[in-house]
Amino acid sequence: MNLTYIILIPLIPLVVFLLLGIFNQKIKPKISGYIGVLGLTISAILSFYTAYKYFFQIGKGGGVYQTLTAKTTWMNFTDTLSIDMGILIDPISVMMLCVVSIVSLMVHVYSRGYMKGDDGYTKFFAFLGLFSFSMFGLVLATNLFQIYIFWELVGVSSYLLIGYYYTKPSAVSAAKKAFIVTRFADLGFLIGILIVGYYTGTYDFETLNNPEGSAILNWATTSFMGLSVLTWALILIFIGGAGKSAMFPLHIWLPDAMEGPTPVSALIHAATMVVAGVYLVARLFPMYYFVEDGYALNIVAYVGAFSALFAAIIAITQTDIKRVLAFSTMSQLGYMMLALGVSGYEGHEGLGYMASMFHLFTHAMFKALLFLGAGSIIHAVHSNLITDMGNLRKYMPITHITFLIAALAIAGVPPFAGFWSKDEILVAAFEHNKLIYLVAVFVAGLTAFYMFRLYFGIFWGKETKYKHMPYESPLSMTFPLIVLALLSIVGGFIPFSEFVTPDRTSFEAHLNYPLAAVAVSVGVIGILLAWVFYKKENRLSDRFAHGFGPLYKWAYDKFYFDEIYLFVTKKILFKCVSAPAAWFDRHVVDGTMNLIGNATMTTSKKIKGLQSGKVQDYAFAFISGVVIIAIVFIYLWTN
Amino acid sequence: MIIGVSIYELLTVTSIIFFIGVYGFITRKNLISILISIELILNASVINFVVINKYLYPDMLQGVVFSLFIIAVAAAETALAVSIIINLYRQISSVEVKDTEIMKY
Repeated sequence: MNLTYIILIPLIPLVVFLLLGIFNQKIKPKISGYIGVLGLTISAILSFYTAYKYFFQIGKGGGVYQTLTAKTTWMNFTDTLSIDMGILIDPISVMMLCVVSIVSLMVHVYSRGYMKGDDGYTKFFAFLGLFSFSMFGLVLATNLFQIYIFWELVGVSSYLLIGYYYTKPSAVSAAKKAFIVTRFADLGFLIGILIVGYYTGTYDFETLNNPEGSAILNWATTSFMGLSVLTWALILIFIGGAGKSAMFPLHIWLPDAMEGPTPVSALIHAATMVVAGVYLVARLFPMYYFVEDGYALNIVAYVGAFSALFAAIIAITQTDIKRVLAFSTMSQLGYMMLALGVSGYEGHEGLGYMASMFHLFTHAMFKALLFLGAGSIIHAVHSNLITDMGNLRKYMPITHITFLIAALAIAGVPPFAGFWSKDEILVAAFEHNKLIYLVAVFVAGLTAFYMFRLYFGIFWGKETKYKHMPYESPLSMTFPLIVLALLSIVGGFIPFSEFVTPDRTSFEAHLNYPLAAVAVSVGVIGILLAWVFYKKENRLSDRFAHGFGPLYKWAYDKFYFDEIYLFVTKKILFKCVSAPAAWFDRHVVDGTMNLIGNATMTTSKKIKGLQSGKVQDYAFAFISGVVIIAIVFIYLWTN
Repeated sequence: MIIGVSIYELLTVTSIIFFIGVYGFITRKNLISILISIELILNASVINFVVINKYLYPDMLQGVVFSLFIIAVAAAETALAVSIIINLYRQISSVEVKDTEIMKY
């Protein structure tokens, strides 16, 4: 198969970025919007063409989906260890290509309406292009190092886009926070990569992931502090993934990242970049599964389950709609992680893996839809707070319907997309770990509750006094909503188990009716509770909040994790490490340098009189020298 | 060859002239005096050329011819130096060494 055209998928957004970035001032905003949309349209078409070709024509060899690669060696270290650049096509990368391109395209279209009249319109599209390029590159990476390069690139573009409103101090600090926290997590990732490279001598995914390959068979037994070195490496790599995917306890950047423009939140912090961590674990799934019987995979499962629960509890109490959605994203990412964590490898055992990827796909659609819907509402109301909204269904019918579809999808109501993927996750969890299953079901209920709390709070309830009448957003904003809503409805009917499985063979996934019934009823209970609490203005919710007392307060303040981090960094790190280091730098390092400079200056001041410029002085010095030498020679010769 | 006068006496005389020149070159404050001192140094070396030629290689003429060259070059050099001094005098109305310090900048 000729893979070369696939390289265009990441390169076109890069060209868009360079074009808009270099000619920032010269291009009219309107045209730059068209350029961005056009570039992404081409990328999206190529992505879907690739997906069609791969899944239906050339991907299968002997009933198994093959991994197709095209790469060139970039840097050689040893005979086996080299850093390659290339593209890798397998079911999950093709699936991700489709997700990234469709969401990115929709966000481009949406931004044309949402960002209209903004000063940095062209700059915004340039950054979106940079992000799309990096994300495509990340998805298509053939080895750990390449994925790491693009991993950092998406981090940078996320930083740029969160800090887009750079005149707002809160946006700047949020951008810094996001960058530093993920960077800190990436330190773990980098160490993990280096360990893998040191022991196995390769970064290549194909070699690493081969269950009969040397990486898994030979090196899994070399142990360090009670665990296999590869388990350590995988745990460290998972730390990197947890940072990007906002897993507990590295989640603190995600809520703050909502300071960025809403389309950015939809693209980066809901649908694509934050799932990079999940994608990374899925990419290395055979390693996670086979090394030491999945020790690292268990950690993934528990961290995922805990994050899902933790974030869902916080989401219930928040009043900023984007923050509710941010915590919801974190919770759903936890879901994907736990699904990976409970997955097996062969045949039907690989249900969790498949469910995780399925949920990634559907979640990208409905969460992008929720964020774009929220953007549409914010656009109309000019506020992020639920308390400033109410009864909006009269004014914004399209936003209302699409938001409702997305909320039903995420709550797991059949036949919307979220139901199918969530059901697979619950089945996988039920088959492997009952505790995680219970957590997952509970979180499903919470999800339904907080989503419908949001829904009823925005579109129903008492009408607040608006400064000016809210109105429906323009077509450029509602069109993406409609497309994503359609995808959220039909997305669940894609037979994912045909395409995406850990061992690449297809299996039949059936609905497990009892479990599905449990999940749906939990979801419906959540919705009904929200209906009782928030449909009409009443005191019930306040009384409940009061009843929980300190617990509610803790959750509202996000369990004080920001404060804990601040305490650790400001009080402990800054005082005990940074301050002495700064003292050392200022007094010892700078002192040495100053001493050298001062000594030179003083000496030169003392001796500069010698250089008088008078020929007579020089002649005198010269002749005295001659005389002295003559005397010395005479003395030596005469003795 | 001068009867009754040995080469040592003549070389002593030229040495004295040479060092008078050196002394003058170092200590004089006037550019003209410095020029005269340089002439003394040159003349001492010219006499040396002639003396050594006459006393050590009486049948040759190189030393004498060389001294003629030196005299010619010295005359040219003096003319140059004097013209520089005259120009300097026009600029700063002085031929004192201490007034020419500005030239080092």
